[in-house]
Amino acid sequence: MAMSKDEIFEKVQAILVEALGVDDDEVTPEAKIEADLGAESIDYLDILFHFEKEFGLKIDQSELRPEAVLSDETYVKDGKITDAGMAELKAKMPFADFSSLDASRDVEDFSDIFTVQVLVNFVEAKLTEQG
Amino acid sequence: MRWIWIDRIVEHEPGKRLVTVKNVSAAEEVVHDHFPAEATPDGELAPEPVMPNPLIVEGMAQTAGILVGHTGHFREKVVLAKIKSATFHAAARPGMTLRHTATLLNFGTAGGSTAGVTELIDPHTGVVTQLAEIDLMFSHVDHNMAGLDFPEENFVFTGTLTAVFAGLEPMPDAPA
Repeated sequence: MAMSKDEIFEKVQAILVEALGVDDDEVTPEAKIEADLGAESIDYLDILFHFEKEFGLKIDQSELRPEAVLSDETYVKDGKITDAGMAELKAKMPFADFSSLDASRDVEDFSDIFTVQVLVNFVEAKLTEQG
Repeated sequence: MRWIWIDRIVEHEPGKRLVTVKNVSAAEEVVHDHFPAEATPDGELAPEPVMPNPLIVEGMAQTAGILVGHTGHFREKVVLAKIKSATFHAAARPGMTLRHTATLLNFGTAGGSTAGVTELIDPHTGVVTQLAEIDLMFSHVDHNMAGLDFPEENFVFTGTLTAVFAGLEPMPDAPA
């Protein structure tokens, strides 16, 4: 039976509590992984390892964070993400919400995309794909 | 002094676990700075030489790092990325032996994670007690630091660290 969104959220919440050393009441759907929960880049690897184990998935880091897009000169110019760059990110990250990044286009704001909800969406998409 | 905080590999199940030992010695300067005698208003406190816990974590990181490195055929630059947790229950004094057991939990292109147990062995009585649990994460830096240039050569697995393999198994040849 497919896992419900609530079940996925609870598991993701428990993983973030352990991986980031935060309290469970801080892990709200809208909390930003870096700005609010204090994650650093290496924590994504830790979180993905937990996802693989907890949900029985096989995940490549670039599926969650396609960093190569941000270091490609056709997609980022002068610190701003181009139209082509936005299209590429949206194609690679259908689980994410781009409304704030669409407004700023600032590459520095990319990390703000990663909220707890986005991680839940990511896991749900991977479960559908691999389940 | 050499930055080697394990003395010998005693067991190795490739891709699964690696066990090392480290003898804590009174000849090591570091134990005398931690802690030296101290003058207090109530008189002088006697010195209390103890192996610093961060160096015990380093010993576990070298143990677990070799395990992760071996799993990737020493092609990757394996760097300690995160101490997930380190809990200590006792102190390691000179004359005691530490035994680090690192178990591989995850391994992938980007890195690996390990669970570790460090035991304290009294070589006189043979009594073994659990000293610490140390869980670590390692990064394969070439796969994680996009845009940053690292030297071509593998600066992690040099002769200095891999010398502890001597007598256990030959080092695989470095890839051409």
